[in-house]
Amino acid sequence: MPEIIPDDSVGLVQPEKILFNQPLELACGRTLDQYHLMVETYGELNEARSNAILICHALSGNHHVAGYNSLDDRKPGWWDSAIGPGKPIDTNKFFVIGLNNLGGCHGSSGPNQTNPDTNKPYGPDFPLMTVADWVNSQARLADHFGIEQWAAVIGGSLGGMQALQWSIDYPQRLRHCMVIAAAPKLSAQNIAFNEVARQAISKDPQFHNGHYYEQDEVPKVGLMLARMLGHITYLSDDGMRDKFGRELREGKISFDFNPQFEVESYLRYQGERFSTEFDANTYLLMTKALDYYDPAADFNHDLPAALKRALCKFMVISFTTDWRFSPERSRAITDALVEAGKQVSYAEIDSPQGHDAFLIPIPRYMEIFRAYMKRVEADIPKTSGETA
Amino acid sequence: MRADLEIIRNWIEPGSRVLDVGCGDGELLHHLQQHKEVSGYGLEINADNITACIENGVNVIEKDIDTGLSSIKSNSFDTVVMTQALQAMHRPDQIVDELLRIGKECIVTFPNFGHWRARGYLAFRGKMPVSKFLPYTWYNTPNIHFCTFKDFESLCVERNIYIMERTVVDNEHRHRWWIHLWPNMLGEIAIYRITR
Repeated sequence: MPEIIPDDSVGLVQPEKILFNQPLELACGRTLDQYHLMVETYGELNEARSNAILICHALSGNHHVAGYNSLDDRKPGWWDSAIGPGKPIDTNKFFVIGLNNLGGCHGSSGPNQTNPDTNKPYGPDFPLMTVADWVNSQARLADHFGIEQWAAVIGGSLGGMQALQWSIDYPQRLRHCMVIAAAPKLSAQNIAFNEVARQAISKDPQFHNGHYYEQDEVPKVGLMLARMLGHITYLSDDGMRDKFGRELREGKISFDFNPQFEVESYLRYQGERFSTEFDANTYLLMTKALDYYDPAADFNHDLPAALKRALCKFMVISFTTDWRFSPERSRAITDALVEAGKQVSYAEIDSPQGHDAFLIPIPRYMEIFRAYMKRVEADIPKTSGETA
Repeated sequence: MRADLEIIRNWIEPGSRVLDVGCGDGELLHHLQQHKEVSGYGLEINADNITACIENGVNVIEKDIDTGLSSIKSNSFDTVVMTQALQAMHRPDQIVDELLRIGKECIVTFPNFGHWRARGYLAFRGKMPVSKFLPYTWYNTPNIHFCTFKDFESLCVERNIYIMERTVVDNEHRHRWWIHLWPNMLGEIAIYRITR
């Protein structure tokens, strides 16, 4: 728990569960007749409702983006480093919304929530979601708050993909789009890693084809393996060398299969913790949404053509040692935006932390973030009628 | 505003698409956006300059110019500008080719190594010139390919590059009538407008 809540924290926050009754048609052909979204908000919405920022989360994120839900919390929200009074996303100036995406496992409608039609958990029957579906549901969320146009939609990794999709699907509804450590689509290697993770989960005997809730079991081992594998792809070779090297826990090797290297126990600990906090069906769903993401597919695989529709300004950021979504992938987004004639800036942050870097307050990263958010702030229209 | 930027500004059509290669803190693009309604991007590698561009509302793309130009489409800009960076490139000749591939026309500025002060420094001191304007010593200078106006114009002839306009200024980017009497001796900075 935090000894005292720091001055630059949004402080104690409570999530809110919002019911949506208007049916949502999904890319898979199915429809969600009603659904819940779990959200948290920080800061104040101005009178013109023009200072709102949407934060889109990545694979294992949720609505709890900043601050603390209780004084007993071990850690603040997952992007607390960037959001709060005086931080790059300054809650004295912006109204910030974080949500748990549909199919998630932290309170929004998803596999671990009750299906109102059956009164049982959705389990594997929850429809597979796409990034575009999420963006549609987020547009309904904007409607709920009376927000016609976001000051910015911001996300890292899978969250960055949602931000980019926003610019294509709802060009009128955002002024700025910040795409961090993302890619315009997954590579075969990315999909391959996801498939190994899915196999680990679905081959776990306690998975029961996704109906493990009824058995009162969870595919703990599968989820743990999936997370361990994922975690390796979030770090870099250099970063792991710096953090763990070949350090031995007991100082010597023991000629057995117990974890002896620091990196082994670290991965086991991360996997273990994740397997008790996250839902296996959600993990499967999220990795599929990643695999399916390809906004250029509807435009003859021409990314500049897809982005031609966008009206907002863009900031694209990548990290040098990120090999999950390498700088090359962000450069491809940037090049396509230049080709489409869009306003875009791009920065490549030197950091040893791999893909995880997007969650870490690296000084240069925060400096660029802060500078760009000043532009976002300057573009907030003063009256409700005016749009930028 | 720097005087060379003032000259460049007059060579750029209102509403055109401009790429500023090595854009520094974005001063030129900021000015062109405000006064000529150009749409443009700067390419830059220096972290502080990139932040300054973002603060100035200038689109900036972090890129190593020596290797990063190939991803930009041919003929995608009306004018490509490169100020005081040509001499720091690994292969200035290939860079000029690239700039003319990307833009319909190109404005380059570079320091003249044929200036009398540089000649005098080398002739009388026998050492590589160091000045207030070019303060580096030979081993730490980013300026690895100095040339004179004459050298640059020979390159243009060799590569079939057409010089649309040219001017020379002193190290404070001021026009002096006497510079034009013997530009390669008296001019410190060259400003060329070229095309193919």
